[in-house]
Amino acid sequence: MSRYLDSIIAGFGGQGVMLIGNLLAYAGMQEGLNVTYIPVYGPEMRGGTANCTVVLAEEEIGSPIIRRPTSLIIMNRPSLDKFQTRLQDGGINIINSSLVDMELADTKRVNCYAVPANEIADKLGNTRMANMVALGAFIEATKIMPLDAVVNSLDNVISAHYSHLIPKNAEALQAGADHIK
Amino acid sequence: MSKTVRIFVKGNEAVSRGALAAKCRCFFGYPITPQNEIPEFMSSEMPKAGGEFVQAESEVAAANMLLGAGACGVRAMTSSSSPGVSLKQEAISYMAGSEIPAVIVNMNRGGPGLGDIGPAQGDYYQSTRGGGHGDYRLLVLAPSTGQEAYDMTIQAFDLAFKYRNPVMVLGDAILGQMKEPITPWIPENIESEGGEDWRLDGANGREKRLIKSLFLEEGALAGQNQKLQAKYDAMKEMADAELFDTEDAELVVCAYGSIGRIAKSAVRKLRKEGKKVGLFRPKTLYPFPEKPLLKLAKEGKRFLTVEHNLGQMVDDVRLAIRTVADSDFFPIYPGNLPTPDDFEEPILKSLEGK
Repeated sequence: MSRYLDSIIAGFGGQGVMLIGNLLAYAGMQEGLNVTYIPVYGPEMRGGTANCTVVLAEEEIGSPIIRRPTSLIIMNRPSLDKFQTRLQDGGINIINSSLVDMELADTKRVNCYAVPANEIADKLGNTRMANMVALGAFIEATKIMPLDAVVNSLDNVISAHYSHLIPKNAEALQAGADHIK
Repeated sequence: MSKTVRIFVKGNEAVSRGALAAKCRCFFGYPITPQNEIPEFMSSEMPKAGGEFVQAESEVAAANMLLGAGACGVRAMTSSSSPGVSLKQEAISYMAGSEIPAVIVNMNRGGPGLGDIGPAQGDYYQSTRGGGHGDYRLLVLAPSTGQEAYDMTIQAFDLAFKYRNPVMVLGDAILGQMKEPITPWIPENIESEGGEDWRLDGANGREKRLIKSLFLEEGALAGQNQKLQAKYDAMKEMADAELFDTEDAELVVCAYGSIGRIAKSAVRKLRKEGKKVGLFRPKTLYPFPEKPLLKLAKEGKRFLTVEHNLGQMVDDVRLAIRTVADSDFFPIYPGNLPTPDDFEEPILKSLEGK
């Protein structure tokens, strides 16, 4: 079976879910994969979640929009409510346990990883990097590509104005990966 | 031309980059979601290319500026989304009537009226049946990937000048907003201006020229319409479609643009389950690729058309195969977001002839 992964990344607006979606897709492209990234519109916009869908595949990608994904990054409670039931059986569910009660995780049907992303990011000195922590954990859990591929793509998705934050973001990615090793 | 470097861009940016690669040198626009990345990109990049970017006072103005630039033989483009494209229709009719080349991009959103800002295919009729008043046709190209958005925008300029006709690139909010890698390339031997024998570039030292769509002299308008008809007939040679797994298929799914690629995922999945299904994806909506579709019909295949509207392209599918077959239809209502899962059940139903 050739490499294939699709993922819905969801959280509050401002948590940086679009940024890590972009980063994941860009890194996939640099790894030679076919990729799509789409911020999801429509009824998805309501209900307190911002979300995007990323598809990574060796084969040509058909649909960039996925109803039942093989993986999730869940940054807040409303996102868990909305997307967990859609995750495929045995799928990978990265849950930001800083904001989501892990008792709500469906540990029987899918593979849940509790990642206290906000706490880990706090320790690194910046809560706003919780998204990178979660993505680091996601890369480690899915093994879709080496973490280096993501780290090396940071300067392509972070605007020049924030380029001084790239080393910290790299640290956050590593801390996320280390958390579930 | 180099085909190695991939860049990661939205479909809107792919269209913009394709236009600049095709030496588009005038862009006229007015903001509307979900195509705003096109004027945004053009506002910074067009001046660097030595061209003109104008944010017009309205869509109507932008379309008439397009008419003016085209009449001068300049490679020019406008872009908008459904409600904005409706406003451009008067000028598009005038451009068709006076045979002015131009490229119009429509990133189709939900309608009717203001609808929403999500994807839809409700503008198929408007795009392929003229859209404005009078009897005319646009060439309509329907990209389904970022790469096709780039390639077809380049092609659009070539076709506009080849046929002296407005060309539409018809995408949707999915294509416009989705990011995907594309490999940019630069076509060779393009001048930024064309139409040496008809363009309005100053009559100093030559016979004066007149470009118009008003024909009052006896027989003149009939002659013009006959000429246009001959041109539309000639366009049929560039009809194009993607055929995927159709060879041994019992059922062929017909879908275009973003819906074409979403349907492809469903077709692939059902193939893996041993179902004999294939995909027919028109890349040109006008001219509609009738011949390859009729060939499939004559081989005894059945058809299901899926669209992100209430049933528009299905008319063209039925017209193409009318002597031998018919097509089922399945709609995704504008306002809903389609996924491959939505198509599996209707495909299986049609496959079983239910």
